[in-house]
Amino acid sequence: MRTKFSSRLLAASSVLALGMTATACGGAKTGDTATSESCVDTSGDTIKIGFLNSLSGTMAISETTVFKSLSMAAEEINADGGVLGKKLEIVSEDGQSEPTVFAEKATKLIQDDCVAAVFGGWTSSSRKAMLPVFEGNDALLFYPVQYEGLESSHNIFYTGATTNQQIIPALDFLKQEKKIESIFLVGSDYVFPRTANKIIKQYAAANGIEVLGEEYQPLGSTDFGTVVDKVKAAGADAVFNTLNGDSNVAFFKEYKGKGLTASAMPVLSVSIAEEEVPGVGVGNLEGQYTAWNYYQTIDSPANQKFVTDFKAANGAKAVTSDPMEAAYTSLHLWKGMVEKADSFEVEDVIDASDGVTYDAPEGTVEVDGENHHIAKTALIGQVNSEGLIDTVWSSDKPIEPDPYLKSYDWWKN
Amino acid sequence: MRLPTLKHAYPYVGWLLLAVALLVLAPAVLSDFRLGLLAKYCCYAIAAVGIGLAWGRGGMLVLGQGLYFGIGAYAMAMHLKLADAGPGGVPDFMALYGDATVPGWWEPLRNGGLALVVILVLPALVAGLLGLAVFKRRIKGAYFAILSQALAAAFAILLVGQVKTTGGANGLNNFQGFFGFALFDPANKRMLYFIAAGILLVSILAMAWLYRTRFGELLVAVRDGEERVRFLGTDPANVKLAAYVIAAVLASIGGALFVPIAGIVSPDDVGVVASIGLLAGVALGGRASLLGPAVGALLIGYAETSLSEAFPGSWSYFQGALFVLVILLLPGGLAQLLGLVRRANVHRGNSVGDHLLRGVPRGEQGETEVTRSASEEAAAR
Repeated sequence: MRTKFSSRLLAASSVLALGMTATACGGAKTGDTATSESCVDTSGDTIKIGFLNSLSGTMAISETTVFKSLSMAAEEINADGGVLGKKLEIVSEDGQSEPTVFAEKATKLIQDDCVAAVFGGWTSSSRKAMLPVFEGNDALLFYPVQYEGLESSHNIFYTGATTNQQIIPALDFLKQEKKIESIFLVGSDYVFPRTANKIIKQYAAANGIEVLGEEYQPLGSTDFGTVVDKVKAAGADAVFNTLNGDSNVAFFKEYKGKGLTASAMPVLSVSIAEEEVPGVGVGNLEGQYTAWNYYQTIDSPANQKFVTDFKAANGAKAVTSDPMEAAYTSLHLWKGMVEKADSFEVEDVIDASDGVTYDAPEGTVEVDGENHHIAKTALIGQVNSEGLIDTVWSSDKPIEPDPYLKSYDWWKN
Repeated sequence: MRLPTLKHAYPYVGWLLLAVALLVLAPAVLSDFRLGLLAKYCCYAIAAVGIGLAWGRGGMLVLGQGLYFGIGAYAMAMHLKLADAGPGGVPDFMALYGDATVPGWWEPLRNGGLALVVILVLPALVAGLLGLAVFKRRIKGAYFAILSQALAAAFAILLVGQVKTTGGANGLNNFQGFFGFALFDPANKRMLYFIAAGILLVSILAMAWLYRTRFGELLVAVRDGEERVRFLGTDPANVKLAAYVIAAVLASIGGALFVPIAGIVSPDDVGVVASIGLLAGVALGGRASLLGPAVGALLIGYAETSLSEAFPGSWSYFQGALFVLVILLLPGGLAQLLGLVRRANVHRGNSVGDHLLRGVPRGEQGETEVTRSASEEAAAR
């Protein structure tokens, strides 16, 4: 009796479940175009914006600093009367250092919180994960970190450097100032270093520089004995370093330990900023070069104010770095675009973006409405004994962004 | 025992409540975004149902189900990328990072039907081979757990290293369509939700049936006394192998559905942390019960999202505290809580509510087995 009862129930329920599933089908086919309705509420005296940074996971140490400088920019703007008379209301979400979470939280900020724009992301994988979300919902993302280029989304503004504003000037510096004839490439094994090295190899081939070696280690690897041995044996004039995170600590310790010096074989790094120097050790880094668009030591009224305010909010030991400055700048640039458009609507803001400028701590920056990057001055720095970075070479004027390297005839993707 | 027929219907009452909640209530009250999240939890829950079978019923601590979740997810993701690219087309990321040619081992996945076959058969093959090698040699306990976890870790590392063919750490994303349906359309997103919820409910029913078969009872017997089963003339390895293969296939189905629902899969979704995340829900809900693993996985997913939204900087501490509390106070999971309620009620001559989450197999013997091992565990702590 009971078996019968259960079996019937089982059969009936299965039919029910499958039936519900089948009837739920329908909707647009592939090839149809998306139509998304914005739900941003502009009726009140506040406007919501989203901050999406990894506050947990491996990237938290870096992205938390970006979150702090974004928060500072929002407070400044609010103290100054807000944007179009509306105070900014921040919705903060944790990307958890995982691409899938970035995609989920971006959707939440856009669809559930109805924010007017989102600021954040760090790793290339977090940006790649968010890109279809912002394009699919026709929303706005401001991405504040230097990256590997070869991208320009209608819905993203890139306020960090693309390759022709960081990596190519760094190579120009090595070639013109350091007169190098050979180079060794060391990087973490993911998209940014691999793409950067692809560009470096083509630049080298076109400029008569010999690439003596190319070594990759998995992200988080701390075993650099063999790599440094190879670097030493190759005897290149300089090392181009695209390692990220903890690996730098191990690499530079090993580098110094094997008797290699900044004067004999300088290392130029593109992912070591003021924030990372104490972690790697000032003693291991002193005299080595970095390539960025901002240093804490920049001597300008805008930067003095930025550094002073940041230390006031986060303690005297806090340092400021390029991604933090780019994030701070991105919020001010969005404000400029909105005010120029006199609207919070995504398409109005994008239409108004071309030519918007801001006197940023790094100097005056200008938005390129075509490719959504900004013109930035390239600065080569040298780590000093205090762990800060001094500018030793500058492109002197802002370099127009060229994410696809169209103006370089040696470049073939 | 006054109403034996009704008593044994309790697990189904629980299932019906879950079905109503998932198929009627949730779509009626949740926004598209929240329903999408629930769809994602359903994918985890499908994998969790399999873990309930292998771990809860079979006693195999499967610490690396991310491997099978990943096989299903990547097979689906590769098919969707190829389908987006069109006949003979090359997925966008391959042109960016590689030499713009599709590797030979991707090609079979161009065909949707073949992709579905891969999703169902490949995890079964991998789990079958691994299971044969492991269970026939009588490797069990911590050694099996470590081995299964190492495989998930190796799989994630392998994916990260193959930027040109698997997208590396970026994973695969930016899918436009799902078997001809445009993924940007909320109606199609709802359809995906119903598919995920429907498969979850059906897989729980399948477990209810499986637990009542001779195989289901053998599995519990192997868990509680492998040597005794061997003496009785049944090879425990075959029983464990079957359970492990079923768990792998369920994880793969969950992974395959995860891809169009989440819109992305990356090595972070298949590695060690993801595998433990799948297990955590099962432990929370009660691994030996019928509904516990699924309900636990849904609850863990919900808790993680809510905590992370409420406390963006410190949510992981709350999550950790939740686990510690459950492990210290309820080693049998939430299902144990209902067991306690039942025991209290039994004294009052009222047994309503006892089987809602437990779903023990047919017959008093099976029931005491499960109850006893739960209390033994509690005593051992």
